[in-house]
Amino acid sequence: MTAPDPGLRALAATRWKVALTLTIIMVIVYFGFVSLIAFDKPLLALHITPGLTLGILFGVLVIVSTWLLTWIYVRWANRHYDAELHRLRK
Amino acid sequence: MLALLQAPAAAATQIGEPNRVAIGFFFLFIATTLGITYWAARRTRTTEHFYAAGRVIGPRQNGFALAGDYMSAASFLGIAGLVSTSGFDGLIYSTGWLVGWPVVLFLIAEPLRNLGRYTFADVVAARLAQTPVRLAAALGTLATVTFYLIAQMVGAGGLIKLMFGIRYEVAIVIVGVAMIAYVLFGGMIATTWVQIVKAVLLLGGAAILAVLVLAQFGFNPGALFAAAAQKFGDGVLAPGKLVSKPLDAISLGLALMFGTAGLPHILMRFYTVPDATAARKSVFWATGLIGFFYLLTFVIGFGAMVLVGSDVIKSVEPGGNMAAPLLAEHLGGTPFLGFIAAVAFATILAVVAGLTLSGAAALSHDLWVSVVRKGRASPEEQLKVARLATVLLGIVAVLLGLSFKGQNVAFMVGLAFAIAASANFPALVLSMFWRRCSTAGAVASMLTGTVTTLVLIYLSPTVQLDILKHGSAWFPLKNPALVTIPLSFAVGVLVSLAIPEPQGDKGYEYVERRMLLGATSE
Repeated sequence: MTAPDPGLRALAATRWKVALTLTIIMVIVYFGFVSLIAFDKPLLALHITPGLTLGILFGVLVIVSTWLLTWIYVRWANRHYDAELHRLRK
Repeated sequence: MLALLQAPAAAATQIGEPNRVAIGFFFLFIATTLGITYWAARRTRTTEHFYAAGRVIGPRQNGFALAGDYMSAASFLGIAGLVSTSGFDGLIYSTGWLVGWPVVLFLIAEPLRNLGRYTFADVVAARLAQTPVRLAAALGTLATVTFYLIAQMVGAGGLIKLMFGIRYEVAIVIVGVAMIAYVLFGGMIATTWVQIVKAVLLLGGAAILAVLVLAQFGFNPGALFAAAAQKFGDGVLAPGKLVSKPLDAISLGLALMFGTAGLPHILMRFYTVPDATAARKSVFWATGLIGFFYLLTFVIGFGAMVLVGSDVIKSVEPGGNMAAPLLAEHLGGTPFLGFIAAVAFATILAVVAGLTLSGAAALSHDLWVSVVRKGRASPEEQLKVARLATVLLGIVAVLLGLSFKGQNVAFMVGLAFAIAASANFPALVLSMFWRRCSTAGAVASMLTGTVTTLVLIYLSPTVQLDILKHGSAWFPLKNPALVTIPLSFAVGVLVSLAIPEPQGDKGYEYVERRMLLGATSE
C-alpha cells in the first residue's frame, strides 16, 4: 500500500476545508437561533405580518438553510470533487 | 367549525375504540411488508445482503429509507402535539432534529462508506487493534440502541393502546413479532423497503393532513397562525417556557446535532448504497424529506391547536400526543383517523426494525465474528449468528418494553442521542481525520463518552427530580452533551498522545487512501 500522491492529498485537504466551513456555518446558524431563543425572546415575538413572527420566520429559515447547505455541498462534490477524483485515479 | 362547539369533545372522539378502517389499513400494511419480507428473504443469502442489502440501494431510495429510519412516531405525534399545546416551542425541537443531517453529510457519510463494511466500528478499527476497538464500539452501539429501543417500545405500547384500544402487552408483542420477522428473514433488504413504504405513507399522510388544514385558511399559513394567536394569545407564536435555561438548550442542541452522526442504525444505511457519491446524494434526499416533514408537523400542530383546541387534546392525553390523530378525525372523520393511526403504527414498527438490525450487527459482526472468532468465521456461520442476534435482541426489546410499562421514558431519546454524540461521533472523527489517533485513545474516548453520559444523566435533574423525585440534582444540565462531547474528544486526543500506536502512523496512509478512493483502489 503506497501513500496517496500529492494531488490526491491536496484534493482531500480541499474537501476537508469545504466540509469544515459548511459545518461551521450550520453550527452558527443553529446555535444562533437557539441563542436568540435563550437570550432575546422579545425580538422573536415581533410580528412581521399578522400571524408571522420573527421567531417562526427564523425557524423556517433554519430548515431552509439545511437544504441550501446540503445542496451547495452536493453540487460542489458532484461537479468538482468527483471529476477531480476521477482524473487523479487514472 | 361545528365540532368546536361539541364540548367536552373528549367524549366525541373514536380514539381508543377499535376502528375498522384502522385495523383494515393496519392489516394491509402488515400484509404488504410481510410480502416484501418474503421477497427479500429469497434474496438474502450472504452477510452482504443481510447487513447491507447487497449494496444496490439507489440514492433516492436510501434517502427515503434514511428518512424512514429517522422520522419516529415520537417526532410525528410528539412534535405535532408539542406545537398544538405550546405553539412555537415545538419548532425548537424539529430544527434540532434536522440540523444533524448536514453534519452527517459533510463529515461522515462518504468516508464512512469508503472505509467500512457493515458497522461504524469497521471505520474506527480500520487501522487500529481490532479487539479493544470493537468491544468499546459495541458497548457504545448497544447503549445507544437500547435506550432508543426502550423509548420506542414503551411509546409504541402506549400509543397503540390509546389508538386501537388493545392492551399494552399485546401491542408490544405484536410490534416485537412483526419486527423480528422483517429483520430475521429479510435482513437489510426487507428493512430498507419497510422504511421506504413507511416514509411514503408518513409523508403522504402528513401532507394530506397539512393541506386539509391549510384549505380551511385559504392556503395561507399566516392566517392559520393569526387564528391561533387570536384564540390562545400571541404567546403561542413566540418562544415560551421550553427554553428557560440557555445552557440546557445548547446542551440538548449539541446532542441532537452531533448525535445524528453517531446513530448506529443511520450510519449502517450508508453501506447499502454502491459508492460514496450515492451516499452523498442520499443524505441530500433525506435532509430534504425530513425538513419538509417538520414543516408539515408545524402546520399540523397549529391546525390541531385551532381546529381541535389545546384543552381537548390534553384531555385525551396529557402529553398532547393525540393532536394529529384528533385533527385527522376532525377533518376526515373516522376513516381518516384510522388511516393516520395505522400510519403511526407502521412508523413505530419500521423504526424498531432498523434499530434491531443495527444492534444485531454490533453483536454478531463486531463482537462474535471480530472479537470471539478473530475474523475466522465462515460466511454461513456469520449469517447464522446475525439471525440469532436478531432474535435475541428482538426478545430483549419486547422484555424492555414490558418492564418499562408506565414509566416516563421520553428522556431516553435525548439520552440515546447524547451517547451517540459523545461515544460514537468523537471516535469516528478522530480515527478518520487525525493521523495520530491510537487504539488506546479511541477506546478511551468511546468508554469515556458512554460511561460519563450514563452517569451524568443519572445525576441530572431529568432523573433525580422528574423520576426519582429527589429534592435536588448533583449535575445541573438536563442533557450532558455540553460536557461529555468535549470530554470525549479531549480524552481521545490526550490518551492518543500519551499511548501512541506501536507501528506508528503508517496505518493512516492506508486509511487516507481508502477514505478517498474506496475499497476498489486496493
